[in-house]
Amino acid sequence: MEFKDYYAIMGVARDASPDDIKRAYRRLARKFHPDVSKEKDAEERFKEIGEAYEVLRDPEKRAAYDQLGKRPAGEEFRPPPDWQFDFDTESRGGAGAGAGMHSDFFEQLFGGLGGLRGARGGRGAFRSRGFDTTARVEVTLEEAFRGTTRTLSIQRVERDKDGRAKPRTQQLNVRIPAGVADGQQIRVPAQGEPGAGGEAPGDLFLEIHVLPHRWFRLEGRDVWLDLPVAPWEAALGDTVRVPTLAGRVDLKIPKGSQTDRQLRLKGRGLPGSPPGDQFVVLKIVVPPADTPEREALYRELAAGTQMNPRAAMES
Amino acid sequence: MSDPIDVDLLDETLQFTLADICRICGVQEQLVVEIVEEGIVEPLGDDRPYWRFTGIAVTRIQRVIKLQHDFDVNLPGAALALELLEEIDRLKRALGR
Repeated sequence: MEFKDYYAIMGVARDASPDDIKRAYRRLARKFHPDVSKEKDAEERFKEIGEAYEVLRDPEKRAAYDQLGKRPAGEEFRPPPDWQFDFDTESRGGAGAGAGMHSDFFEQLFGGLGGLRGARGGRGAFRSRGFDTTARVEVTLEEAFRGTTRTLSIQRVERDKDGRAKPRTQQLNVRIPAGVADGQQIRVPAQGEPGAGGEAPGDLFLEIHVLPHRWFRLEGRDVWLDLPVAPWEAALGDTVRVPTLAGRVDLKIPKGSQTDRQLRLKGRGLPGSPPGDQFVVLKIVVPPADTPEREALYRELAAGTQMNPRAAMES
Repeated sequence: MSDPIDVDLLDETLQFTLADICRICGVQEQLVVEIVEEGIVEPLGDDRPYWRFTGIAVTRIQRVIKLQHDFDVNLPGAALALELLEEIDRLKRALGR
């Protein structure tokens, strides 16, 4: 087990005041909160910061942690043989940020959360529903459309008969239903952390992130597609093949269409009740005038149409 | 590998009672009532015993509670943050990012 330098994680001195620690936490929380942050490893960092804050904000835990002295972060660590920490009850979800997800280091020192104190504190049975856990699952747009399965590796902390924490990795095979939208959650009942004293385990929540697609954009269950069209297809009208999530379909471009015209393919978005639609946005692509013949065609068109596209600006 | 386990997709077709919401989100009824009064989620049904919440409401309630807790802000502040974050998500999606 690796030693964690909670002061370094929070970026504060060992003699930092409670106010300094609170300020540092707030600043880091804004930077790394998974809902807010753009940082790549935000979730991991936020858990680490939450754990550090949980220890340093609590005078008893901080004093106990300080007894261990200063050691290099990552150093192999075992709690001293006479180590004992008897902590106060913490309500479900009431602990620091990312509650319920602690490092082995924390688990060894502080014996997990309130729900397990009966096993260590010897004050009799303590009953508490297990913590909910969350995980992020990335799916492609095609997978969101058709549904898929994912095998998740879940880190669990289990206790032996002496109350010692033992990490274990569990494989969980989960079906992702067809029609999941970006940001939507999936609840996997009873797959969170185990409860204590015979209480139910928490739930596992999976937050779905639909990966960007090279053609399609998602808005809720609606799918948007920019469709390149030739000027004559837009001007004269035509039927063209367009991709949808279920395969290619024929789309009728109305005569006299302009760029940015939106056409709707009803029910061609993500499945659901009601299913989403596919919106096709026409983007007129101008052919290059790269030969004398093509140049001549443009000049002929200009002479023949006498169109002023900026007429509205000149009045 | 075993068969995939059953899950609930938290969408607008799922419906939960106030008691369900409290159990799933691990919160007291009073907090959910305050969240409704703040206009963060809108249950179906007029009176509290008849309230029904969608799966989307579960996600919003969890997010607002987490924001409130993690940033130590009050409910209106957390609601504002939630709405701004949702707007950012929507704009990012519209940009195809």
